[in-house]
This record gives sequence, C-alpha cells and structure tokens, in this order.
Amino acid sequence: MQPKPLALRILDIAAVVVLAVATYMALNAPLERVMGEVQKVFYFHVGTAWTALLGFILGGVFSVIYLITKNLKWDKFQVAAIEVSLVFFLITIVLGSIWARPAWNTWWTWDPRLTTAAITELIYAAYFMLRQGIDDPDRRARFGAVYALVGALSAPITFFAIRLFRTIHPVVIGGTNPEADGGFSMTPDMLSAFFFALFAFSIIFIDLFWNRIRLGDLQEKVEQLKLKISM
Amino acid sequence: MIAVKKLVKRFGLKTVLRGVDFDVQPGEFVALLGPNGAGKTTFLRILASLSRPSLGEVNIAGYKLPHEAAQVRARLGVVSHLPLLYGDLTAEENLQFYARMYNLPNYELRITEVLEMVGLVARRRDLVRTFSRGMQQRLAIGRAVLHDPDVILFDEPYTGLDQDASAMLDDVLKAVAAQGRTVVMTSHDLARAEDLATRFDVLSRGVISASASRKELKRTNLLAFYKQALAG
Amino acid sequence: MADRTTSRGSFLKAVAAVVWKDVRAEFRSRELFSAMLVFSLLIILIFNFALELDLKTRQSVTAGVLWSTFAFAGTLGLNRSMAIEKDRGCLDGLLLAPVDRSAIYFGKVISNLAFMLIVELIVLPIYSLLYSVNLFQPGLLLVILLGSIGYAGVGTLLATMSVQTRTRDILLPILLFPVVIPVLLAAVKASSGVLGGADWEEILLPLNLLIAYDVIFIAVAFMVFENVVEE
Repeated sequence: MQPKPLALRILDIAAVVVLAVATYMALNAPLERVMGEVQKVFYFHVGTAWTALLGFILGGVFSVIYLITKNLKWDKFQVAAIEVSLVFFLITIVLGSIWARPAWNTWWTWDPRLTTAAITELIYAAYFMLRQGIDDPDRRARFGAVYALVGALSAPITFFAIRLFRTIHPVVIGGTNPEADGGFSMTPDMLSAFFFALFAFSIIFIDLFWNRIRLGDLQEKVEQLKLKISM
Repeated sequence: MIAVKKLVKRFGLKTVLRGVDFDVQPGEFVALLGPNGAGKTTFLRILASLSRPSLGEVNIAGYKLPHEAAQVRARLGVVSHLPLLYGDLTAEENLQFYARMYNLPNYELRITEVLEMVGLVARRRDLVRTFSRGMQQRLAIGRAVLHDPDVILFDEPYTGLDQDASAMLDDVLKAVAAQGRTVVMTSHDLARAEDLATRFDVLSRGVISASASRKELKRTNLLAFYKQALAG
Repeated sequence: MADRTTSRGSFLKAVAAVVWKDVRAEFRSRELFSAMLVFSLLIILIFNFALELDLKTRQSVTAGVLWSTFAFAGTLGLNRSMAIEKDRGCLDGLLLAPVDRSAIYFGKVISNLAFMLIVELIVLPIYSLLYSVNLFQPGLLLVILLGSIGYAGVGTLLATMSVQTRTRDILLPILLFPVVIPVLLAAVKASSGVLGGADWEEILLPLNLLIAYDVIFIAVAFMVFENVVEE
C-alpha cells in the first residue's frame, strides 16, 4: 500500500487546526444581541453550506467531463465531491434547524431555501441508491453522471420555482425570508469569525475530498489484487 | 468481411478480451467455441455494435466500429439467446416493426418470404407470447435476416431448445447460411457446431487460442481439437 | 446508404415505428392503461378519506390531488413501459436498428405521454362527476399537457436507467420525484390558478416555467440518452 502523500498529511493536520481555530473564533465572537448564544451555529452553518454547494456544482461539472471523456478518473472525482457534499449539507440543515428553533420558533419551515435543501439532499441520496444498484463500473459511472447532471440542473430550478410562487402568493405559514426574520448585522469581530469559518470549511472540504479520492484509488487497487488472485 | 485486430475489452478493471485477432472471409461460417466466461458473448456484442471496444480495430463489411455503427447495423443481423421480440405483438407485427426500423421499402412481400423460410406462415397472426421457445427462436432468426444482411451473428441460438426444436433450427440456420452470408456463431454445443460450421475458432482466456477449418479437421476429432486448444 | 440511414425521413419513420409498436401492443393487452387507470382511481379514493374532501377543502386541494394522482400513476406506466423493452432483450433489438438513439427516446416519450394523457382524460370526467367541479377547461387541459410532457420526458430517461439496475422495481419514483418537483410545483400552481379563476397573468408565470422545464430537460435527455442505452 502506498503511504499517504506528505501534502495530504499536512492538509489533514491543517484541517484539524483550522477547525479548532474557527471554533475558538466563533465562540469568542461577540454575542449577538437578540439571538444570543445560538447565533454561533451560523458560522459553521454558512461554512458547510458554501462548501457543499460548491461540491454539488463540481459534481455536475465532473459529470459533464466524464460523459465527454469517458475516463473513470472523473467518475471517482464526482463521487468524492458529491459524497462529501452530501454530509456537509446534512450538517448545514441540522445546524440551520438548531438555529431556527429559537429564531423562528419552529424546527422547520417550508421556506424556499429549506425546501430546496431538503430536495437536494434527496436527489443525491437517490444518486447513491442508483449507483448501488449497478455492478458494471462503466455503466455505474455513466448512469451516475447522467443523474448527477439532471439533478444539478433541477435543484436550482426548484429553488427558483418555489421562490417565484411563494413571493407572489405568500401562503406559507411562517415562510419569511431568513434575512427578514432573525437577520442581524455583524460587527467586525463577527465578520472575521465568519470569513475564517468559510476558509476553514473550504480547507476541510478539500482535505476530505482528497482523502475520498485516495480511498477510491485504494478500492480500485483492492479490486485489481482480487482479480489477480482469482486468475 | 469481418476484420478484428488486437481487440481489448475491459469492464472496469476486469479485462475480458485481451487482444483478439479475428478474420472472416465472405461466405464463411465460423463457430466460436469456448468455455463459459471466456468472453464469447462480449465479443459478439462488440461485433454487433452493442458494446464498444476498449482498444483495437473492428471492421465489418468495410466499415469501422464504433464510428460507422449505423452503416454496420444496416448490414448486420443478430440472434441472441433472448428473442428480442414483443410478446404482445403478432409474428407479423413484430417483423413489420423491425422492417420500419430498418426503413425497408415494400416490406410486406419480404415478410411473407421470411415467414415461409422459418416455417411460421400459418402462425403469422398469433401473438408471440403464445409461441413455444423454438418458434420464438425461429422468428428471431426471421427478424435477423429480414433486411437481408451480409453478416449474421448467432449467440448460443440453441439455448433452451429441445431435440425437435434444435433440429428445426438446424434447417433454418443452414438455409440462412446457404445464401452466401457470412456467419459467426458462438456455441458450447460441439456436435451442433460441427454440422454447420466451415471453420472452428476457440476463444479462451480472452484470446483466440486455436483455429481450424473443416478441411483441416477430421470429422471425429473436433472434441480433441477443442480440448487441446483449451489446454494449450 | 449513409444518407438514407441518417436522413430526417428515416428518423421520423423510426420514431413513428416505436410509437406504433407500443400503441399496438398496448391496445391488445391494455396492461399499462388499466393498471394506471385503476391505480389513479384508488389514489383519489385514498385522498377522499385522508383529506375529507368536503366542498370547502375541495376547492383548494383539487389541483394538488390531481397532480399527485398523475405523478404516482405515471411511475407505474413508465416502469412497465421500459421493463417491456428490457425483458426479452428488445432494447438490444432497438439498438441494433440503424437509427439514431434519440429516435428511440422520442418514440418512447411519445407513447408514454400518450398513455398518460389518455388516463388523465379519463380521470378528469370521473373526478368532475364525483366532486361536481368542472375540470374540462381549456386552460387546465393545456397545463396538463405541458406538465405531462415534462414528466414523461424526464421519466422516460430515468426509467430507461432504472430498469437496467438490480433494484429496478423500487428505484424509479426515488429517482424521478425529486427532480420532477419543478413540474409538479408549477403544474399545481397553474391548475389551481385556472380552477380558482385567477388572472391570466398569474397563470402565465407557472406556464412559462413548465415550458422552460420541458425544453431544458428534453434537450438534455436528447443529448445524454445514448449514454443510458449504449455500452
């Protein structure tokens, strides 16, 4: 087995360090006047959300590249990006829910962002279910790429559609914008904690993404060795 | 008619075909023999343009696969162990459907001709799902020769047939081959292959390990030849 | 030969042949049609008990009930329609024909759409009769047509994938529903607008969204279909 590349080891350590620093900064940022302590989840909430969305977009880009080149390398990248993003986005939703309870007095509202987030998670959960049902690696990659592409196109349309109709027809109970209800303005200290959290989660995302690709490589290696034994 | 050079096919990491060289002259009837899992079906699917080669050249009737697949498909008939027929259509309707897909002009006459050849004229208006396995297989052959292809591929055509049905299929296969068509047939039934083919190739471990024409081979020792090819 | 196989005439002929074949077989067995119709009526029955469809609720939920019914019944039809192609190797038979793969896609979309529309056209008068609302309004019929086009367009692509997996009996709705939400959203909005006698302008917005979705996704499916049928 190849040892972990040095750069990846360094990145692993860096990821842990920036997470610790981001936590420290978030905890030491000034208390928000109205929300109090619970506002602190916001730093990580936005951090995970931003990287998860980036990952989903990357997944869509990789699927297009795969469909054109048919090189399985891009499939590996795609799975890695989407898998990490799926977990990050789940964290985003859970953190958002924790924040929403005191802010909006409910765990969940059918607001455009929340609804789209839930649907996006379901799309990518379906993506992994589809992949699980296929044995041939080429076909798995092709179908996965097609579905990831359809999903990546559909999710923004869903967001747009919900927003469009709900703005014209404000029928949702408690379905106000996050900016409108529970919004706040940030002090410089809060801003630096916020931007550091974004930075930290970008590092963590890259680290996990890289590790996941390496895992894919190792899985491939195992398959190869298994084939060798059976020959 | 068929020229294959250094064909490699991989499924993911698994290499099924590892450099197959295979040439067939017009009018030849080649039986492709080999144990299960040797890659016979994969090889035939590549010739049929249903699967893409990973590496190597495939040339059929002067056209390259996979880039000129449409031209190849128009000259190619395929019979697999599945019938490729619709159960809720009659024998005639199935052929009509395929005639339209191949864009054949004046197909009604041709359909009658084909049904006569496979001996199903009397059952032409019956639903295919009421057909026996042997009748379905004969109709499948009718479907494959409908557009009068130059090359015909048979993938284990005897699968699931009893003695009578196999004997009837023999006659149909001979009639198909007699019209100067080039035929490649995979089979693990040596006795059937021996009666029909003019050349015997053995596919083993992803390569053609031996080839012999009918003349080179005495009738009695196809089995010996096959065993030797697998051992070596 | 090359120009004969690629010409527009033979493309349209192949599309027509696929539709003819499906309609012919369906006319004889009525498998799809009867399953979808009976299932639709059962869903309406369930909604009747689940929602207590009294006069007041009825007005606000009719559009939702209708589209839920169409969505659920639609998966039944799509799954069966593609399973028929897979079962006896007919998909290989279609692929062996010297026609462009998109001809197969469009043929299947048209026949799937036709079966859906027929079922919908029977459900509408029954629903009108049962709940004494007039559903035969040109506006609603237009919405149903546009919504069904999008649904069948994406559904045919995804059903082609799902029938080629190990989990083919359960996968289609899981793949289809999260990506078809924009269609259902816009269709429900437009339908309730039509039924509620809303302004034309208010209905125009979801209608435009439906058209946009139909165009985008059928174009994407047209481009990627080859990847879900070829090896």
